[in-house]
Amino acid sequence: MQDFAGAFGLAFGLIASGDPDLFEIVGLSMRVSLTALLLSCLIGFPIGALLVVRKFFGRGIVIALVNSMMGFPPVVIGLLVYLALSRAGPMGWLGLLYSPTAMIIAQTLLIAPIVAALSRQVLEALQAEYDEQFRSLGVSRGSAMLALIVDGRYGLVTVALAGFGRAVAEVGAVIIVGGNIEHLTRVMTTAIALETSKGDLGMALALGIILMSIAVSVNLGASALRAVAERQAYA
Amino acid sequence: MPDAAPLIPQKNPEAGPPTPRDRLLPGALRLERLSLQVAGKTLVDIAKLSLEPRSVTVVMGPNGAGKSLFLRLVHGLIPPTSGWVSWGEVACGEATRSTQAMVFQKPVLLRRSVSANIDFVLRHRAGTKAERRARREELLTRVGLAGQAEQPARLLSGGEQQRLALARALATRPKVLLLDEPTASLDPASVQMIEQIVLAASAEETKVIFVTHDVGQARRLADDVAFLHHGQLVEHRPAAAFFNSPTSEAANAYLAGRIVL
Repeated sequence: MQDFAGAFGLAFGLIASGDPDLFEIVGLSMRVSLTALLLSCLIGFPIGALLVVRKFFGRGIVIALVNSMMGFPPVVIGLLVYLALSRAGPMGWLGLLYSPTAMIIAQTLLIAPIVAALSRQVLEALQAEYDEQFRSLGVSRGSAMLALIVDGRYGLVTVALAGFGRAVAEVGAVIIVGGNIEHLTRVMTTAIALETSKGDLGMALALGIILMSIAVSVNLGASALRAVAERQAYA
Repeated sequence: MPDAAPLIPQKNPEAGPPTPRDRLLPGALRLERLSLQVAGKTLVDIAKLSLEPRSVTVVMGPNGAGKSLFLRLVHGLIPPTSGWVSWGEVACGEATRSTQAMVFQKPVLLRRSVSANIDFVLRHRAGTKAERRARREELLTRVGLAGQAEQPARLLSGGEQQRLALARALATRPKVLLLDEPTASLDPASVQMIEQIVLAASAEETKVIFVTHDVGQARRLADDVAFLHHGQLVEHRPAAAFFNSPTSEAANAYLAGRIVL
């Protein structure tokens, strides 16, 4: 167990000293995952709202499809993005492979379906309440979608945090399209995988601690927000 | 069912004699052979009904008589299984619905402030920002909520929530106001305020259809009464005639306070 204790000591040392390599990796992780989250919300919220507002033919199939995409294996998404962005691929000319942009694309493809599927569930309950009133008022479909997103904002924040948690903790897709290149595409998860296999447990553990703290504080933040919303009867 | 055909209601005395143009007013409801069946059960079945365009029509009947369904059918929120509905000779649909407003038994308020709930409706109407704000303040004053404009709407009391829902309905300047038991289980002050606002709206030539099973309230509001029972229109007559001598067995029992099955 000496290694274990030693690794912890090293880890806290790295964090406390503000090790530049460590925080460069953390910074890139946040930049990639937050950008992917922003894009996923821009895509996922309207899709979720649309699936709630429009009762078109085949809606059930589309919902089942979006739901099943939630469980899509990250490595497969990584592989597909790799194929698309590789030199011989249809978008190879963009030269994006092994760049943070490629990682953002992969994570967006990974979590946009999650955001869409979960926001549909959140907004469905709201729609059940608002539908008759909106039809009575003659609210257009676009306005109804916007109103659902605005009024479901607290539920949607939880959805976004679930998506962020998934994105920031994911390894498979970013390691394939990013390549874990030092100072360029190395993020927390890929670095942990690498440092652990190299035996540098101190660095791996330091990153692990930071990753866990981010996950925990994100969830605490979500709970706090929900409590505030409930007090105002907005949730 | 010829025996279900209603009597033609007399015009209320203040409104003057009916003119041929009245049937073209947006509040002139006419319906024929209106029926709604769900899973083989007939929930609403009305052979014929026409309403005066300016009166307050109170729809009464025991629970499960189809009063709420009737209101949704004529508002066009649910399509009938068969039959037709028209308002001022225009077939019931999106066009007629846009001239109407409905207040539901349980108010549906947005998760926003009181004033934002009014703005939601005013936003798409004509007028400058200042005009819309003046209109919002006028509406909130009218329902006694001017002091609570910035409060979260869903923290209001039940009576206040329903008054806000009524203010929002009036914000659309409806030609027809449909109310589905709006005062069920509200405090007396809110009930009185809502009744006064409804009567004031009626005085401004808004057609009112008010569903209630409170006999006292029906007496206070009604120009004419439509009595539903088991989804059928068993009586439609001027209020005075209805309350003094209801012709149907069901209405008679209902007004006498007996349980109507």
